[in-house]
Amino acid sequence: MRTIPFFLISLAIAGLVFIAAFALDNDYYFFAGYVVLQYIVLSTAWNILGGYCGYVNFGTAAFFALGAYSTVTIYNLIGNNELPHVIPIPVLMLVGGVVSGIVGFGMGYLTLRLRGAFFSIATLALAVVLETLVVNWDFVGGSRGAFIIRPENMPVLGSYVRYLFLMMALLTVCSLTIARLIERSRLGYGFATIRDDELAAEASGVPTLRLKLIATTLSGALMGMAGAPYPYYIGYLQPDSTFALDYAVNAIAMPLIGGTTSWVGPLIGAVLLDSLQQIITVTISSAVNLLIVGCILVAFVIIAPNGILGLVHKYLQHRGDDFVGRRKVDPDAPGAATDVGAAPEAPS
Amino acid sequence: MIFSFDLLINAIISGILIGGFYAAVTSGVSLSFGILDIVNIAHPAFIILGSYIAYIVNADLGFDPILTSIVMMPAFYLLGTAIYQVFYISFEKRGQESLRGLAFFFGLLFITEVSLVLYFGVDYRYVNAPYIGPTWHFGTVDVPLRIMVPCLVSLMLMAGLQLLLTRTFIGRAIMAVAQDQLALRLMSVDPIRIKRIAFGISIATASLAGAFLIIIQPVEPSVGRDYIGRIFAICVLGGMGSLPGTVIAAILVGVVESLTSTFYGPSWAPAVSFGFLLLTLAVRPAGLLGR
Repeated sequence: MRTIPFFLISLAIAGLVFIAAFALDNDYYFFAGYVVLQYIVLSTAWNILGGYCGYVNFGTAAFFALGAYSTVTIYNLIGNNELPHVIPIPVLMLVGGVVSGIVGFGMGYLTLRLRGAFFSIATLALAVVLETLVVNWDFVGGSRGAFIIRPENMPVLGSYVRYLFLMMALLTVCSLTIARLIERSRLGYGFATIRDDELAAEASGVPTLRLKLIATTLSGALMGMAGAPYPYYIGYLQPDSTFALDYAVNAIAMPLIGGTTSWVGPLIGAVLLDSLQQIITVTISSAVNLLIVGCILVAFVIIAPNGILGLVHKYLQHRGDDFVGRRKVDPDAPGAATDVGAAPEAPS
Repeated sequence: MIFSFDLLINAIISGILIGGFYAAVTSGVSLSFGILDIVNIAHPAFIILGSYIAYIVNADLGFDPILTSIVMMPAFYLLGTAIYQVFYISFEKRGQESLRGLAFFFGLLFITEVSLVLYFGVDYRYVNAPYIGPTWHFGTVDVPLRIMVPCLVSLMLMAGLQLLLTRTFIGRAIMAVAQDQLALRLMSVDPIRIKRIAFGISIATASLAGAFLIIIQPVEPSVGRDYIGRIFAICVLGGMGSLPGTVIAAILVGVVESLTSTFYGPSWAPAVSFGFLLLTLAVRPAGLLGR
């Protein structure tokens, strides 16, 4: 499928989802659906760097919060809070994306020339430092937090959360399209060479640093865009919860559960895991829900390293092998062993 | 703020003391990350676990937290070897330690933290010991014993670890495994066993570091998060696996943090270690005493 038809089809699906939720006429679906969409964007963004390039970003919360606090900054700059809906959400998303993208680029420039672990550690520390900055910056509310008064209603759609949902759905479609486009482009192949063997890639002339910087910037920008409408969604933004590790663990768990090599993986992971979380949060408690996410993450990376996509792939391949095995492969035939047998595991 | 000489001296002294404590907190990561190349970002979670064990024993039986943690060290050692075994079988053997191994430790960090929250809640906990209240005064210089005692025990721990690494067979094997696993195998030493032992030791230090932490400050489950950046900053600044370097770097970070919180306010202190980390990575990635 080419990119433009893909974009249009996913746009149509998003539209159908929106109409379905609209028909149910219950704002709860929009509230819950918004979070699912937000996590689809976050995990897709994480996957551009983590899944395609193999660099782990622990700072999802930092980039997300950068987007959210850009919105708060703009909101406060406009002042007086009399015309809060003057700025359309897409503009806020753009600003949040640019700010997060710049920070992502800076972080990448300083740490990506070294081993991958340094980048991961630096992103982990980035969240702590940005939180320190926000806590000390009274203009965006400091540690007291910031209130955002959101408009009651939107002209055509009804309640404001529907508008937010629609905007987030658009962003989701865009980020999935971007991820899919990358996967099938020269850029994606470049990313894959970095993931598989960076030294060999560098030696064969792949501009690894430039590619990694592109991935970090893009990934950070998408996370920032996902964070920009958040203050309007939540109404009250507080540093502790905005910089919470939950975002980081979810953004890592979702692609790893779904499968990291394709754009479908984060989508599957986000939808499954977040629906599960919504159910557990409502029925049991939100702390238990985080515990379960952690356990699922650990279980998946140990037992199913390639996620659900990997399991599906293995199942299909397994069936194929059986099929081939019964019909064609004769163990005595020359060359049969090299065709069928998996490559022996390299000793460490 | 008016510049005050007393304030400066006091800030430096308390920075050095806190730095001694940071050395103990970092020693485990210097072993696992610096020497074994295992990015154990869950280390702070094990430190907090150590704090809570010291707290339970102290609250129920009134035992001294440091003694408790020394008694608990074998248990932490076993925990560490078990974790390394899982890590080795699931990730290192398959060559997937970079992405999934990191996610694994991140998951461990999260599970430990949330379990502690579920069990103990988010209240701050503290311990009682005879050296927690009093402070020694030398003229204008104050030396609170609650920081002094952990600092001294911590320096003893560092000296012990250094002796272990340089003077014993196991220690030399640990240093060797960092350089050349194959050569070690040719000497008929099992590198995996050596790594397991080293990782066990690194987790065992978390028990002691946890006791120090709860002596110095009240602890709640997410306190460990503030230490992640600090620990890795010190480890990188010290030169990745050099224990003397770790002590120097820890004291440096401690002093700068102490000066920052004295002259700019404590809320800015967490940014110091990140500044150090970025500066080190940008200017001298090998650290102060890099190999």
